[in-house]
Amino acid sequence: MSTLVLYLALAMAILMLVGAFVVVVTKDLLVAVIASAVVDLVLAILFYILQAPDVAITQASIGAGLTTAIFVVVVRKTKRFEDD
Amino acid sequence: MIRKLFVLFLLVIVGFFLASVVVSVPFGAEKTIVGRYYLNNTIGETGGVNAVTSIVVLYRGFDTLGEVTVLFLAATGLAAILANTRERRKKHKEKPSLIMRVGTDYLFPAAIVFGSYIFLHGHLTPGGGFPGGVVIASGFLMLFLAQWHYKADELWLKVVESLAGMTYVLIGLIGLWKLGTFLGNFLGKGTPNMLLSAGIIPLIYIVIGIKVGSEMTGLLQNLRETTENE
Repeated sequence: MSTLVLYLALAMAILMLVGAFVVVVTKDLLVAVIASAVVDLVLAILFYILQAPDVAITQASIGAGLTTAIFVVVVRKTKRFEDD
Repeated sequence: MIRKLFVLFLLVIVGFFLASVVVSVPFGAEKTIVGRYYLNNTIGETGGVNAVTSIVVLYRGFDTLGEVTVLFLAATGLAAILANTRERRKKHKEKPSLIMRVGTDYLFPAAIVFGSYIFLHGHLTPGGGFPGGVVIASGFLMLFLAQWHYKADELWLKVVESLAGMTYVLIGLIGLWKLGTFLGNFLGKGTPNMLLSAGIIPLIYIVIGIKVGSEMTGLLQNLRETTENE
């Protein structure tokens, strides 16, 4: 793995950590859903860099795509803000 | 307070053991014997070029049947929960925008074709039945978002899904009858890299793709119907 790709992967890992932190901390559930979709999407790119394209496709379509859609519908059906 | 301290304590324990593993095992090194065996022998033994799908369908075909069953049960369970929560409250709803409608007209067929491509070429290129089916379902999701009068025929979804599930078991039973093993590869290996090769892998992935696609479409439609009734 070349150095450029390594730094890119590190940056994406940090982005994933930030996204996961936002998911846990925020009270706005819609923001949490979008942030978890970002984590899933970056994870899919990381899988691709680590030469696992099968897992990357599945992660992108199920994790970032369908799960996010279902979560958005569920947030719409229930309520958007979390109570303390 | 005690609860937070306990959580912190658990995190430290988990972190310690994860760190010890990361330190002792070099990243990306070829370590496992099983993994090396699969990479060296899949083409010779199954005729499938894609080692991952060969493992999923042939070496671990029975597990995949279980996976399909779990997905089916999850979708059924969600439908059962949603069936009880139908409240009728009319809500003001915005019309889908022009971009959404026109974009869906062009993207929906592309999504269907791409999903079918993913599961038809599962033994050649990355992909397989599960992501292919989900791509098809996301095409239907676009359709649901763009045209809210559109409704997929529930009966047809159920029929297609059940037929696909039964075909999976039937293929397994034919293997049992011809070779003595459930889900045995009764079609032979064929020439690697050809579309018609790798025996039952393409067949099973077509079945899984259709099943997952119709299942997920039904699930999304269930969710949407209850939102519309709100």
